[in-house]
Amino acid sequence: MLDKSYYTRADEIMLDYPPEERSLIPIIQDIQEQFSYVPPELLSYVARRLDISEARAFSVASFYVNFSFSAKGKYIIKVCDGTACHVRKSAPILEALYKELGLSREKPTTDDALFTVETVSCLGACGLAHAVTVNEHVHPQMTPEKAVAMIAELRGEEHAS
Amino acid sequence: MGYMTIDGMRVEFTDEKNILSVIRKAGIDMPTLCYHSELSIYGACRMCTVEDDKGKTFASCSEQPRDGLVIYTNTPRLMRYRKIILELLLAAHNRDCTTCNKNGICKLQDLAHKMRIHYVRFRDTRPVRPLDMSSPAIVRDPNKCILCGDCVRVCADTQGINAIDFAYRGTEAIVTPAFNKKLAETNCVNCGQCRVVCPTGAISIKTNMEPVWDALADPNTIVVAQVAPAVRVALGDLLGIPKGENVMGKLVNVLHRMGFDEVYDTTYGADLTVLEEGKEFLERLSSGEKLPLFTSCCPAWVKFLETKYPELKDHLSTCRSPMQMFGAVIREYYRDPERNGGKKLVSVAIMPCTAKKEEILRPESTTNGVQDVDYVLTTAELAGMIHMTGVLFDELEMEAADVPFGIGSGAGVIFGVTGGVTEAVMRTLQPGHDRSGMTAIKTSGVRGADEVKEFTFPYNGRDIRIAVVNGLANADRLIKRIKAGEAEYDFVEVMACRRGCVMGGGQPTGAGPRTRAARMKGLYDTDVNTQIKKSNDNPMVMSLYQGLLKGKEHRLLHRNFAAAEEKSKN
Amino acid sequence: MRLENRTELTLLREQWREKRENEKIRVLICGGTGCLAGGSQKLFERMTELCAGAKNVEIEFGPEVAHIGVKKSGCHGFCEMGPLVRVEPYNYLYLKVQLADCDEIFHETVLRGRPVERLMYHTGGRIYAAQEDIPFYARQTRLVLKNCGHVDAEHIGEALAVGAYESLEKALFEMTPQAVIDTVLRSKLRGRGGAGFPTGRKWQQVAEQPETTRYVVCNGDEGDPGAFMDRSVMEGDPHRMIEGMMIAAYAVGAQEGYIYVRAEYPLAIERLRIAIRQAEELGLLGDRILGTDFSFRLHINRGAGAFVCGEGSALTASIEGKRGMPRVKPPRTVEQGLWGKPTVLNNVETFANVPMIIKNGADWYRSIGTPDSPGTKAFALTGNVKNTGLIEVPMGITLREVIFDIGGGIRGGKAFKAVQIGGPSGGCLTEAQLDAKLDFDSLKRIGAMIGSGGMVVMDEDTCMVEVARFFMSFTQRESCGKCVPCREGTKRMLEILERIVGGTAEPGDLDELLEIADVVQNTALCGLGQSAPKPVLSTIRAFREEYNEHIVNKRCPAGVCQKLLRYRIDPEKCRGCSKCARNCPVGAISGQIKSPFTIDPDKCVKCGTCRDNCAFGAIYVE
Ligand SMILES: Cc1cc2nc3c(=O)[nH]c(=O)nc-3n(C[C@H](O)[C@H](O)[C@H](O)COP(=O)(O)O)c2cc1C
Ligand code: SF4
Ligand code: SF4
Ligand code: SF4
Ligand code: SF4
Ligand code: SF4
Ligand code: SF4
Ligand code: SF4
Ligand code: SF4
Ligand code: FES
Ligand code: FES
Ligand code: FES
Repeated sequence: MLDKSYYTRADEIMLDYPPEERSLIPIIQDIQEQFSYVPPELLSYVARRLDISEARAFSVASFYVNFSFSAKGKYIIKVCDGTACHVRKSAPILEALYKELGLSREKPTTDDALFTVETVSCLGACGLAHAVTVNEHVHPQMTPEKAVAMIAELRGEEHAS
Repeated sequence: MGYMTIDGMRVEFTDEKNILSVIRKAGIDMPTLCYHSELSIYGACRMCTVEDDKGKTFASCSEQPRDGLVIYTNTPRLMRYRKIILELLLAAHNRDCTTCNKNGICKLQDLAHKMRIHYVRFRDTRPVRPLDMSSPAIVRDPNKCILCGDCVRVCADTQGINAIDFAYRGTEAIVTPAFNKKLAETNCVNCGQCRVVCPTGAISIKTNMEPVWDALADPNTIVVAQVAPAVRVALGDLLGIPKGENVMGKLVNVLHRMGFDEVYDTTYGADLTVLEEGKEFLERLSSGEKLPLFTSCCPAWVKFLETKYPELKDHLSTCRSPMQMFGAVIREYYRDPERNGGKKLVSVAIMPCTAKKEEILRPESTTNGVQDVDYVLTTAELAGMIHMTGVLFDELEMEAADVPFGIGSGAGVIFGVTGGVTEAVMRTLQPGHDRSGMTAIKTSGVRGADEVKEFTFPYNGRDIRIAVVNGLANADRLIKRIKAGEAEYDFVEVMACRRGCVMGGGQPTGAGPRTRAARMKGLYDTDVNTQIKKSNDNPMVMSLYQGLLKGKEHRLLHRNFAAAEEKSKN
Repeated sequence: MRLENRTELTLLREQWREKRENEKIRVLICGGTGCLAGGSQKLFERMTELCAGAKNVEIEFGPEVAHIGVKKSGCHGFCEMGPLVRVEPYNYLYLKVQLADCDEIFHETVLRGRPVERLMYHTGGRIYAAQEDIPFYARQTRLVLKNCGHVDAEHIGEALAVGAYESLEKALFEMTPQAVIDTVLRSKLRGRGGAGFPTGRKWQQVAEQPETTRYVVCNGDEGDPGAFMDRSVMEGDPHRMIEGMMIAAYAVGAQEGYIYVRAEYPLAIERLRIAIRQAEELGLLGDRILGTDFSFRLHINRGAGAFVCGEGSALTASIEGKRGMPRVKPPRTVEQGLWGKPTVLNNVETFANVPMIIKNGADWYRSIGTPDSPGTKAFALTGNVKNTGLIEVPMGITLREVIFDIGGGIRGGKAFKAVQIGGPSGGCLTEAQLDAKLDFDSLKRIGAMIGSGGMVVMDEDTCMVEVARFFMSFTQRESCGKCVPCREGTKRMLEILERIVGGTAEPGDLDELLEIADVVQNTALCGLGQSAPKPVLSTIRAFREEYNEHIVNKRCPAGVCQKLLRYRIDPEKCRGCSKCARNCPVGAISGQIKSPFTIDPDKCVKCGTCRDNCAFGAIYVE
C-alpha cells in the first residue's frame, strides 16, 4: 500500500490540470519528478480521476522511456549516446560507470539507491561531446576517467552530508 | 464515384471508403491482418500494400479511392514484400499450429499457406510469456499475438472498456491489461469481442468441453442442455451449412447422440423473461420509479453498469437472464427424485456468449446456495465437440427439442438480435393479435442493425420512450447523456455485442457483413415460421406459472441479491 | 503592462532600443546549455559583481560615463569553445573563459577597451579579435541565429529592441491573412523539419478547411541524436519562433498554439515559459492582441522520451495524452491534426524564418540560397571536425566549404572519410560527394537528406559498418512497434549488423540485409521506418568493401569493432613472464616460461586484460 501522502501530493498536482486525457502525460511527468518514479497505484489513481482506463494509462506511461515504475537513484546519470557523442566514443564511458558502480543495462540502479545510470540519445549539447548529465546538470567533454572521478566526488558529497 | 485501374482492369467505385474495398470488389482477396470493416483503420500489418504506376507503394486499407488511379496488387515486388513481412511476423510468433485453438481457421496460418511460406529464417528471440487463464471467459496467449490491435480497438472503441491495451514499444510492445495484471483483475466484462476479432490464436475461449464430456460419460448424471436462440443460426458456419440457416433440428439430434439426456430451448427461458420484465416495467411505469428500466439479460452489460455506474444499479431489471431463469427452473424441475432418478443433474447451457461463462459463477446466479447452471458451452466449443464425434452434421435428421421446455415463442427467438428483447416486451404489452399491431411494432424503429435506436411506443394513452443500444461504448455514451439530463427514456435495452447475441463472443469467427446479416435474418425468419408470436401465448410457459413456479417466481426468476450481498461482505 | 494598440508597442520598442543604445558596453555571457555546463552562471555572477554588483550601472572610466550591460545570452553555436563571453561594441569573443579570467576582462576590456588576447581564437599564428572574423563565423550567414548569443534571451525588452514582433505588427495591421500566406508561398520557404515541404502550401491548406477551430503546433522535439539548432533557437531567441507561430496563427485563423519540446531540453522549456509569460504580460499573447480581433494562446508540452514523437501524427497524439504512435494518412494533419482539427505543424527553425520573410518580403528571401531551396539552414556540425558547433549557411553551399572552411577540417590531422547528414533518416556521403550542394533537392538526388540538419563528420578511424549499426540500433530502439516491417524488420537488420561487427556474419548476410531494407523502406507506415534503412543502404553503397572485409575476412579495417580485433604477442618483446596467461579469463594464452607466449585467437574474447597488464608492452592489437 502506498502511503496516503502520495495521493495527497497527486491531488495537488492534478489541481494544475483539467481532468482530461490530455493532462495525463504532464501529470505523470510531475509525479515522476516528485517521486523520481511513477508509483503504479498512483497511475491507476490518476487514470480514474481522468476517466481513462487503467490499461490506457499504463499503455501511455510505458510507451515513453522517461517514465519508470520503479524507484530510481538519487543521482540519475545520463550518458549520451547520440551520434556526436557516439563517434567520440561514448561506450567506454558507460562501461566505466557500470564497472565503477557494479551496474548493467539490466540493473541500472545501485542497491543503496544512490545512482541510476541510463543512456540517452543526445542531450542537445553535441558541441560538448562527450556529454553526461547528472540530474539535469550537464558535464561536458567526459572521459572514462573523469566519469569515475565524478562518482567519487558525488560519493564524497554524500558522506559529508 | 469514379474509376480505378486495378491490375489492368477498369473498376468502378462508389462510396467505398478505401482502396482495399475496391480491390475486393474487383474480386481480389487482398491479404490483410489488421483491417476490420467494423473498426477504425489501423494500418499496422502492411499486408495490403499495393503499388501505383509510378512504383510508389502504399497500404490499400488506408488510402481513399481516387478517380484515374492505376494500381497493381500482385507484382513480383509486392509478392516479395508480402512474403517477407509474413516471414518477419511468423518469426516473432509461437507457431505451434497443430495444437493451436485457431488451427484451420487462423488468418495468419491461412496467409502463410497462401503465400507458400515454407521456411522462416529468423529465430524467435522473444521471452516466452505465460498464458493468462484467469478469466472465466477467455484465455490470452501473448506468444501468439501479432499486435494487430484489433482486440484493443474493439475493447476500447466498440465496448468502451479498454481492459487491454498496448504496452511498451518497439519489439517489446505487447497487448496486456494494466501493469501486466491478470484479465480477471481488470474491468473486462467477458464479452469476448476481442476474441472474435483476433486473427490468431492469441485470444481464445476458455473452454469447458472436458467437464461436459466427463459428465456425458458419467452414468450417475443426468445431463440437460438448453440452447440459446442465436446458437442455431451460427453453428452451421463451422459445419458446412449455409450462413444464417437455422440448424436447431440437427442440433437437437446431435446433442442427443452425444449423450445429452434432454435438450431444451432457451427461447422458453426468454419467454419467462419477457413476462417478468414486462410486469416489472409496468410496475415501474405506474410508480414512476427507477426509470428508465435497463434490461438485464446481457451479463457483460450488467457487469459494465455495476462497475462503472454503481449508482444506477437500481435501474437494472431484477430479472435474471433467460439462461439463468431457465437454469433455475430446470434445477427446480429436476429436484423431484422421480425426474432425476437419483442421479445428479448437470445443467449445460449452449450459448453464443463468453460472458455467460462468468454469469453462472456469480453469487446471484445461485438458488438455495446451488449454482443454477453448471457449464456454459459456446457455439464454437460445441462445433468443436461435434467435430470430435465425427458425426456428419449436415446429413443429420431434424429432431424437436424435448418437452416440457422445448417450445418457445417467436418473441423469445428474436432475443438473439439487438432490439429483440424490446420487441418481445412490446408484443406482450400490445393488446390483441391483429396483424396491423405486429406491423406497427416491426416498423416502430426497434429493428435493424443500428448501434442506437430511439423511438416511442404508444401504450395506455402515453408514449413509452425507448432506446435500444448495442455495443457498450454506445451504452456508455447514452448513460452519460441520461446523467447529463440530455436524454430521457422509460425503457433501455442494452446488448454488449454489436447486433446482439448473433455476434456474441462465443460464436464462430470470421463473420463478414453477409454472415452478420444472414444470422439476423435467420432469427427473424424463425419468428415468422413460429406459430406463437407472444411470450404470453406460450402455453407451456403459462402452465409453468400455474405449476412449478407458483409462489416461487421471485426466488427462481429474479436475481438472488441476497447471495450477492453475502458474497460482497466476505 | 498591457499594450493596447500598435502605438504603445512602438513606443515600448523605442524605449528598449534607447536603453540598449545607452549601454555603451555590453558583456554577453553565454547562457546556453553548453556554456552553462562549463560554469558560465558563475561568470555571469562574477561579472555582474565586478560591474558594481548590478546591471546597467553607471560607472566612470576615463573621461566618460558609460552604461554597462551584463547579459546572459543564448548559445553562439561555438559551444565546444565555451564558456563564451562577448563584449560589445568591440565584438571581442573570449573563449573557454574561467572564473579567474573575469577580473582581467573587466579591467582590460570593460574599463579600458583593450582585448585580452590569450582568450581569443587563434589559429595559424593569427589572433582573431572580433567574433565575426573567426573563420567559423566568417563563412556563415546568420539570419535565423542572428540574435542567438547577442541578446538577453530572458528579456522581452531586449528582443523588442532588436525588432521582435515588428513582423507580427506588420501582418496584423498591414496585411490580410491571405496576403501573409501569399508572401510565405512566394518566398518558397520549405519546412526545416526534414522533408522540406513548402510551408505556404501547408498554411493555405489549413486556411481552406471548412472547420474553423484550428491549431498551430511547433515541433521542437528535435530527436535527431546529434542536432541542436532548434534547442539554440528556443534557448537563445524564443520570441522569434513565437512570433513566427503567431503570424502563422493569424494567417490560418488559429486561436491556440502548442509547442512540443523534448524533455531533454529543460533550459529551452524554461526560456520559452519566460518568453510566453512576458509576452502575455504585454498582451502580445492572449485575447485581442494589440486591440485587434486576433487572439492567440500558447501552451508548452514536454516530450517524454520518444523519438518517434517528432513525426507529426505521433506528436499530436502525444499532446492529446496518447501513445506517440503515428497513424495512417489520410487524413493529413492539415485536415485533421490536433484533436481532429486542421493544424499547421512546423518545425522551430521554420517558424523562426517567418518573421524576416514578412519583414523583408518574399523577393529578399528568395535572393538567399538556391531558387528551389531559398534561405539559410542551420546545421549542427559535430564529430571529428576541428570546429564543432552550430552553424547557419545559405542553402546551396557545398559540403566541402562547411567541413573545411567553417569546420576547419578534420581533427588531429586525420583524413576525412565520410559525413553523415540527416541523422538516423539520412545517409552517409563520401569524399566524392564533398562538392555536393546542401539543399533539399540536391541532397535527395544523391540519396541523403537535410533532415533536421545534423552533420556528423567522420575520420579514417571510423568504421562505417559500426556507424550503420549505431543508427540501426537507434531506430530499432525508437520504433513505436506499430507496423510489422519497422518493428520486426529493423530488429532483424540490427541482428545482421551485429553479426557483421561481431565477426559471425556469413556471406549471404549482406543480401539478406538489403532485402529486408527494401521491404522496410517501402512498406513501413511512417517516416521513421521508411527512412530507417538509409544509413545502412548509403554505407553499403559507398563502403561495400568494408562490409566484405568484416564478413569474409573478419577484419575491421578501421580497427573499431572489438570482436574483430586480434590480440598478439610480439615475440621480440615478450620476456615469457606468464603474467598474461595467469590473467587471461578464458585461458587463451599459453607458453613456456622465459620464452615467448602466444594467444589462441579462437579462445580469445578480446577483453584486453593481457595487454593492460603486460609489463613489457609485448601485447598489441592487430
Ligand atoms: C520519425 C520522425 C521524426 C521526426 N522528428 C522531427 C523533429 O524532431 N523535429 C521536426 O521539426 N520534425 C521532425 N519530423 C518531421 C515532422 O514529421 C514534420 O514533417 C515537420 O515537423 C514539419 O515541419 P516543417 O514543414 O516545418 O518541416 C520527424 C519525422 C519523422 C518521420
Ligand atoms: S495463431 Fe495461427 S499461425 Fe499461430 S499457431 Fe495458431 S494457428 Fe498457427
Ligand atoms: S502440416 Fe506439416 S507440421 Fe503440420 S502436422 Fe502436417 S506435417 Fe506436421
Ligand atoms: S472480453 Fe470484452 S471487455 Fe474483456 S478484454 Fe475482451 S473485448 Fe475487452
Ligand atoms: S491479441 Fe489478437 S487481436 Fe489482439 S493484437 Fe494480438 S493478434 Fe491482434
Ligand atoms: S450481447 Fe449477447 S452474446 Fe454479447 S455479451 Fe451480451 S448476452 Fe453475451
Ligand atoms: S514505421 Fe516504425 S515508428 Fe513508424 S509506425 Fe511503423 S513501427 Fe511505428
Ligand atoms: S605478460 Fe607480456 S611479457 Fe609476460 S608473458 Fe605475457 S606477453 Fe610475455
Ligand atoms: S584479450 Fe583477454 S581473452 Fe584475449 S588473450 Fe588477452 S586476456 Fe585472454
Ligand atoms: S550527441 Fe551527445 S549531446 Fe548530442
Ligand atoms: S490491412 Fe492494411 S495495413 Fe493491415
Ligand atoms: S552554449 Fe554557449 S556557445 Fe553554445
